Amino acid sequence: MRRIRAAVTGAVTLSLAFTATACGGGESGQATPKTLTYWATNQGSSLEVDKKVLQPELDQFEEETGIKVKLEVIPWSDLLNRILTATTSGQGPDVLNIGNTWSASLQSTGALLPFDAKNFEAIGGKDRFVDSALGSTGTPGQDPAAVPLYSMAYALYYNKHMFKAAGITEPPTTWDEVIATGKKLSKDGKWGLGVEGSNLSNNIHQVFVLAKQHGADFFTADGKADFTSDGAVAAVKQYVELMATQKIVAPGNAEYAQNQSLSDFAKDRTAMVLWQTPQQTFASQGMAPEDWGVVPAPVPAGKPGAGKQTNSMVAGINMAVFKNTKNLDGALKFVKFMTSDEEQIMLNKAYGSVPPVKSAQQDPGFSDPSLTVIRDTLATSAAALPQVPEESQFETVVGTAVKELFADAAAGRPVTTESVRAKLEKAQQQMPKK
Amino acid sequence: MTRTAVAPQREPAVRKAAPGGAPAPRRSGRRRIALPYLLLLPALLLELLVHLIPMLMGIGMSFKELTQFYIRDWSAAPWAGLDNFAVSIDFDAPVGQALLRSFLTTCLFTVLSVALCWFLGTAAAIFLQEEFRGRGILRTLFLVPYALPVYTAVITWAFMFQRDNGLINHVLHDQLGIGDSPAFWLIGDNSFWSLLVVSVWKGWPFAFLTVMAGLQNIPRDMYEAASLDGAGVLKQIRHITLPSLRPVNQILVLVLFLWTFNDFNTPFVLFGEAAPEAADLISLHIYQSSFQTWNFGTGSAMSVLLLLFLLVVTGVYLLLTTRGRKTSDV
Repeated sequence: MRRIRAAVTGAVTLSLAFTATACGGGESGQATPKTLTYWATNQGSSLEVDKKVLQPELDQFEEETGIKVKLEVIPWSDLLNRILTATTSGQGPDVLNIGNTWSASLQSTGALLPFDAKNFEAIGGKDRFVDSALGSTGTPGQDPAAVPLYSMAYALYYNKHMFKAAGITEPPTTWDEVIATGKKLSKDGKWGLGVEGSNLSNNIHQVFVLAKQHGADFFTADGKADFTSDGAVAAVKQYVELMATQKIVAPGNAEYAQNQSLSDFAKDRTAMVLWQTPQQTFASQGMAPEDWGVVPAPVPAGKPGAGKQTNSMVAGINMAVFKNTKNLDGALKFVKFMTSDEEQIMLNKAYGSVPPVKSAQQDPGFSDPSLTVIRDTLATSAAALPQVPEESQFETVVGTAVKELFADAAAGRPVTTESVRAKLEKAQQQMPKK
Repeated sequence: MTRTAVAPQREPAVRKAAPGGAPAPRRSGRRRIALPYLLLLPALLLELLVHLIPMLMGIGMSFKELTQFYIRDWSAAPWAGLDNFAVSIDFDAPVGQALLRSFLTTCLFTVLSVALCWFLGTAAAIFLQEEFRGRGILRTLFLVPYALPVYTAVITWAFMFQRDNGLINHVLHDQLGIGDSPAFWLIGDNSFWSLLVVSVWKGWPFAFLTVMAGLQNIPRDMYEAASLDGAGVLKQIRHITLPSLRPVNQILVLVLFLWTFNDFNTPFVLFGEAAPEAADLISLHIYQSSFQTWNFGTGSAMSVLLLLFLLVVTGVYLLLTTRGRKTSDV
């Protein structure tokens, strides 16, 4: 309760602060204020890295347009709360990055500027963007609440030292192979696969794909929560069983939430991770590019594709404009700048992601084998997370259910169809009633 | 709220001191009357701004259907009547059940934490009453947890509680050989005990400090007289120290209770966005019910219920303890 009060107080204080800054910017002329506030997501290995990557680009934007962009890089743990506070107080940044899975949830609050035909035209047109990325920008049938900025997909990264030491020559491509390979690797304190059992979003990304492979969805076609279908239960069970019964995941991973599995990977303790764009982190942990390899994330059998052959979510970052901005024109100019070919190539290269802009994708810099995997996955076998207003709540409640199941598995308690179904039922009951 | 609840208790002490002072002259009466209020004004305004207005807004919110669809414009949110409260206390449905479980967990946690804090603090204060070499250093050392910033301290604890790389398991499992495999402290049932350890570690220095201050007011000759009469140390503690500390303890326990019951920072920093069921304290639970599911109406209703509960407990406690004290004074 104290926290809520503190938050309300914080909101008031923030609003005062933001009013002050907004006034400062507006003094030079009501029509074209010369500043923008930009909230960026944490894409690099640290907030400092992000500032170093972005600041020169913002300076260039200021040179071209005369608009100064105030940058704030916000850690993931705070971002959604910050956006909610900004929405509640009506005083937020002018332009902000959001996780693309939140698009529909944030869209429903009405805080973000809809990209209708006119706004799209102002930034160069809707057809500049790849379709799969546009599929994660809001509820279908409505004007998108954001535009894609960086695209990512999940892939299987493997540690070449550990594979070599265990005599494994071919990286696995199906789940059976992952388990067989994992069992060969899991001995003497080393483990086959890493998971982030206490990271709710990561849990969601993984079980969403597994549910697709079981032919199930967590929401019905008309947007109602449907967490307890046989397919969904089987998917969650399959994921937790990697630790509980297959024993290719270290029990300690149940409490991981801060990318500890990447450290384990770099320290030759875990041989495989299912991840999106870990290149920078690997490098910062002292791994050379030839120390690791990457293949498409596993499927039940055969090759990745649509439907049951889905092997990744459409991961990525979207860029949105706060509806309350006093500088709509400048904000759209900034979005246009950030989605221009030149910036897309430069930024996506720096972050190891793929441009969601078609023309920028043609750049030879993105034909590197590790990025080709991501590009192909996005083009053929990635599915967007449910674009429904309750997506954010779904991440919390189902992500927590998976976390609790991992805790059970780690403590040696059996994970059964019944125990999984019970957790998912509880999660579904926590969803807001429509 | 903590402060508002404590304030009335401090008044008697001030009033007791007043009769000793010179009687106020009556000449410039009006100005004299206005002065205290004027001096109180800044505090009052801040109190209003920091505590009361947000509290009233929270109460207002609890009657609204304040979901993600309305947070941008609160006034547009439809009135929900008592729906939010009905959902919160429907103990047959999952939301109410979870709240009840969280409430009971918090009660157990608070009782244990307050008892341990009080016991450790009192014991340490009594032991450090005697003069000996190094007493000053020990007193300072004992206050360190109280002086450290909460976040830094709890983050350090979180590192220590990690299963694979943490200090706790290194000592318990690797060096002392307790248990077949290293235990989890941040997930599962053990998380209750790790939370309790951190809470007591963080809370007992305050009890120590308060009791130590209280002990300075007990005249030494009472102990001398008692030892002449043949009373041992335990008897002295029981019949002199504890009764003399009664007024101090009365406030100390109340303040510890309110702080512990309301504690948000410790579990939030220790466990992150989703606390394990065993350590799901009520303030964290309410935070999750409002911020993570974006349903601020229900969250506010739960807050109001918590506020009512704490008010009732505080009121009953003060009523019982002051009555008890009056009779014992007679």
